[in-house]
Amino acid sequence: MNAALIIIFAVMVMSIFLGIRAKKGKDMDLEQWSVGGRGFGTIFVFLLMAGEIYTTFTFLGGSGWAYGKGGPTYYIIGYGCLAYIMSYFLLPKIWKYAKENQLLSQSDFFVSKYKSPYLGILVSLVGVVAMIPYFVLQLKGLGIIVSESSYGTISSTVAIWIGLAVVTIYVMVSGIHGSAWTAVAKDILILVVVLFLGIYLPIHYYGGIQPMFEAVEAAKPGFLALPDSGMSPSWFVTTVLLTALGFYMWPHTFGSIYSAQNEKVFRKNAIFMPIYQLVLLFVFFVGFAAILQVKGLTGADADLALLRLSIQTFDPWVIGVIGAAGILTALVPGSMILMAASTILAKNVYKVVKPDLSDAQVTRTARYLVPVVALIAVFFTFKGGNTLVALLLMGYSLVTQLFPTLIFSLMKNNFVTKAGAFAGIGSGVATVAYITITGKTVGSIFPFLPQAIQDFNVGIIAMIVNLIVLFVVSAVTKSSAVVNTKTEKAL
Amino acid sequence: MSLIKWLALIPFIGLLGGTYFANKVTPYLFGMPFLLGYCVIWVVITTVIMVVIYKLDPKNREGDA
Repeated sequence: MNAALIIIFAVMVMSIFLGIRAKKGKDMDLEQWSVGGRGFGTIFVFLLMAGEIYTTFTFLGGSGWAYGKGGPTYYIIGYGCLAYIMSYFLLPKIWKYAKENQLLSQSDFFVSKYKSPYLGILVSLVGVVAMIPYFVLQLKGLGIIVSESSYGTISSTVAIWIGLAVVTIYVMVSGIHGSAWTAVAKDILILVVVLFLGIYLPIHYYGGIQPMFEAVEAAKPGFLALPDSGMSPSWFVTTVLLTALGFYMWPHTFGSIYSAQNEKVFRKNAIFMPIYQLVLLFVFFVGFAAILQVKGLTGADADLALLRLSIQTFDPWVIGVIGAAGILTALVPGSMILMAASTILAKNVYKVVKPDLSDAQVTRTARYLVPVVALIAVFFTFKGGNTLVALLLMGYSLVTQLFPTLIFSLMKNNFVTKAGAFAGIGSGVATVAYITITGKTVGSIFPFLPQAIQDFNVGIIAMIVNLIVLFVVSAVTKSSAVVNTKTEKAL
Repeated sequence: MSLIKWLALIPFIGLLGGTYFANKVTPYLFGMPFLLGYCVIWVVITTVIMVVIYKLDPKNREGDA
């Protein structure tokens, strides 16, 4: 057993300990389990939401993008920034409404606003379909991190099973309290690791950050900016905008909004979040440093850039610390997803089908669904193959389709009808699925448009379809509702 | 306050609209490629704007959090 393994195991044991201990002195009803009894202060909420920035996607994927794609990577900084601005105005409203109406899940919000449990089922299914690939991505990342940082002594399959067991246990026992406490450990560790790597590696290999960029520019001119077509400025702008809109639409992120103890928490966080995400710069630096030092990682292997460069630079114990930090970046969002998925499946799907369930039964169902969801994710992790990549690309676009219906519901006079909400979300989601499965781009659908528009993120099309259908169906159903209020009531 | 809120639109315009003009590697900004440095500047400006909005928003004066 090497030093790296010892450290990795110590951190896993610590996260189980922290996760289980978090339950102490709390009576675990569903409100306590999934939204922490609405009692979290600024720091916990900050860390839970920051958990969304530092997932394995940013840790491995952020450096992997910097290594493999260069300039387009910067979009990650842009979308977070804009999402946090919106959070200042949006989140307090969502929180307040959720508290007044005792909501526990994202689906509850739509059910309550549009008075339709069936809209809740649709929203839940969209959420679960989007979250499972996201969870699988975290698991795959965890497997890569452990197998690389244990120098191959633990296979990624074994690592995934162990990691999954850890999250399942502490989510079942402590719910969101477990996530919050592991998030504390995670952010401290990741901050130390990322700052160290991002500063040390450029200096060690190039003598500084600017010399590193100059060396990359000399070897690959233009790689550090956006290309003229493909991931061009048009792609950048539309992707930043769409991703910012989808940011809080993930069911697990949405759910963590409810955990705050008051609405001021969000306004305060909106100040610190943008600056905090600059930590990502250092993740990018690692990827850029790897370009000239670790050759030949192509395609999905680009995600190995950070670990490979670290392994060829440092002693095993340092690799252990990096690996441990990486594992926590998978466990925290993983636990949030497990909990959100189990909560919505129990409360917004199962309970609608079987309305006579008591609250205690719903809580129990949610808890027992945790290992079920975990096993489904494992199945896709090992058997998913290529469909997984398509699902992953789809996930973010899918949840973004919930944005229009949500934002209109926050307005004083919401013109969107129940039918409009259904049709808008449904058509948006269907468009996303069609586009992703057929591999269409704006350019392939509209080849006659100028290149700048052809490079638009294809999610824009789904968003436009969604909005048009939303408006039209709402207008039609509203006028018919005026003519015949009786049928409206009958529905 | 209502007027101050419009400040929040500035980063959207700067970050999204500016990308078309800022898309270059040199000159280096803070040791980073120009476009990356440009994004970082907007993150800092956003933070300043959010502080201003926070301070002037009467909602934040009620009670302690």
